[in-house]
Amino acid sequence: MNRLLVSVAIGGLMALTACGEEATTSTIFVSAAASLADAFAEMEEGFEAENPGVDVVVNLAGSATLREQILDGAPVDVFAAANGSTMAEVVAADRAASAPVVFARNRLQIAVPLGNPGAVTGLPDFANDRLLIGLCAEGVPCGDLARQALQAAGIEPSLDTNETDVRALLAKLEEGEIDAGIVYVSDVTAAGGAVEAIDFSEASEFVAEYPIVVVESAPNPEGAVEFMDFVLSEEGQRILAENGFQQ
Amino acid sequence: MLLAAAGLAVFVLPLIGLLTRAPWGDLATVLAGDTVVDALRLSLISSVGATAVSTLLGVPLAWVLARVEFRGKSVVRGLVLLPLVIPPVVGGAALLFALGRRGVIGGALYESTGLLLPFSTWGVVVAVTFVAMPFLVITVEGALRNLDPRFEAAAASLGAGRWTVMRRVTFPMIAPSLVSGLVLTWARALGEFGATVTFAGNLPGRTQTLPLAVFVGLESDRDAAVALSLVMVAIALVVLVALRDRWWRAL
Repeated sequence: MNRLLVSVAIGGLMALTACGEEATTSTIFVSAAASLADAFAEMEEGFEAENPGVDVVVNLAGSATLREQILDGAPVDVFAAANGSTMAEVVAADRAASAPVVFARNRLQIAVPLGNPGAVTGLPDFANDRLLIGLCAEGVPCGDLARQALQAAGIEPSLDTNETDVRALLAKLEEGEIDAGIVYVSDVTAAGGAVEAIDFSEASEFVAEYPIVVVESAPNPEGAVEFMDFVLSEEGQRILAENGFQQ
Repeated sequence: MLLAAAGLAVFVLPLIGLLTRAPWGDLATVLAGDTVVDALRLSLISSVGATAVSTLLGVPLAWVLARVEFRGKSVVRGLVLLPLVIPPVVGGAALLFALGRRGVIGGALYESTGLLLPFSTWGVVVAVTFVAMPFLVITVEGALRNLDPRFEAAAASLGAGRWTVMRRVTFPMIAPSLVSGLVLTWARALGEFGATVTFAGNLPGRTQTLPLAVFVGLESDRDAAVALSLVMVAIALVVLVALRDRWWRAL
């Protein structure tokens, strides 16, 4: 009985694998910054619809983590980072097969929980030690950029937490556990009405630029170029705009 | 033999990797930095605090599980073991939903006393206790169940009161297991990351323990991160060597 089950299971697996090989002709491995999560999920869907038989696999993490993976030789085709300096290190290590192209920009915005319990109106409130204030940690693109903006505004923030990535910060804002944080416009869009946003003037000076590149010795260089072209195409740019990114 | 060597390599290779990246030249300078000293202090406070709370609450819980018969005992034991199985980050989120400012219990606590657990050192102790206490409960429960109740009965028949029996018979007999439980709990508390960062946040000097400082440091200050990692490895080795006889015998 057991033996029968095993052989049925193996037969099933073989059939499945065979199907898989027939349906998928190539795979494109994309490493994308965490803030691109929603946009690149749609990007994957759109590209696969246009290119039947191609499987796009998106690996999401902080830009710095992805950079380390690529520098250590991870088999990646396309790298989309959330800041220029991360990309510059990949280029400096000869792991970029082409010059990086900026495909999107992301503006900072103050986010507060629904109902704005801390009555936050702008950056000066970040110095109020009675409020619970969160930023992304230093070294994380959104954290570095937010600190630059605060410094430009001459504000010493009274911090309660340095979140390890922008989505973790957003989650605490959605839960109402902190009173204010600085995130990207795209994150506010992704929250879909679960947080309130407040613009501040310094935001226009500190805009995150997202470069994309084909990785050196990519397992699938043709696919990588095609995917990058799709991101830069009208359709790709429409997806990014819908997710709160700017041209 | 080859497979055994491969097995050993799984443990040794990451250590070698760590050692090759260590900033040996200015290790002392890096380790004397504010971030490092703060993180060390917080890790010490939270791991010792969590071990103390676990002992205070975990030993009675272990005793009930080992000695008292009641309906739904397997459910209770399952609940105690849950933190061992669920990802710590899920535990942290659950703690936030329960004890956060808008949480079921945390909300009432905040309204009435103004006390806020998340983003405080107490919050770190709570998160770390949640993850580490099961180690104490299961080790002590196991020891109590293996303890032949006739020893205690004999002591009682010779006129010893309940407290005397516990102090003179029960505790000495389970002491080795209690010690190993304490060590496991403390070690788990020291290394805790997911629940802490999710529930208590990450602020140097208040909630940033060693593992959090390492994680953040990997993105901003690699040398400090590697130096802190070495400190954690050193602490682990010292504890393992110092307690090797007691611990291994008890296990």
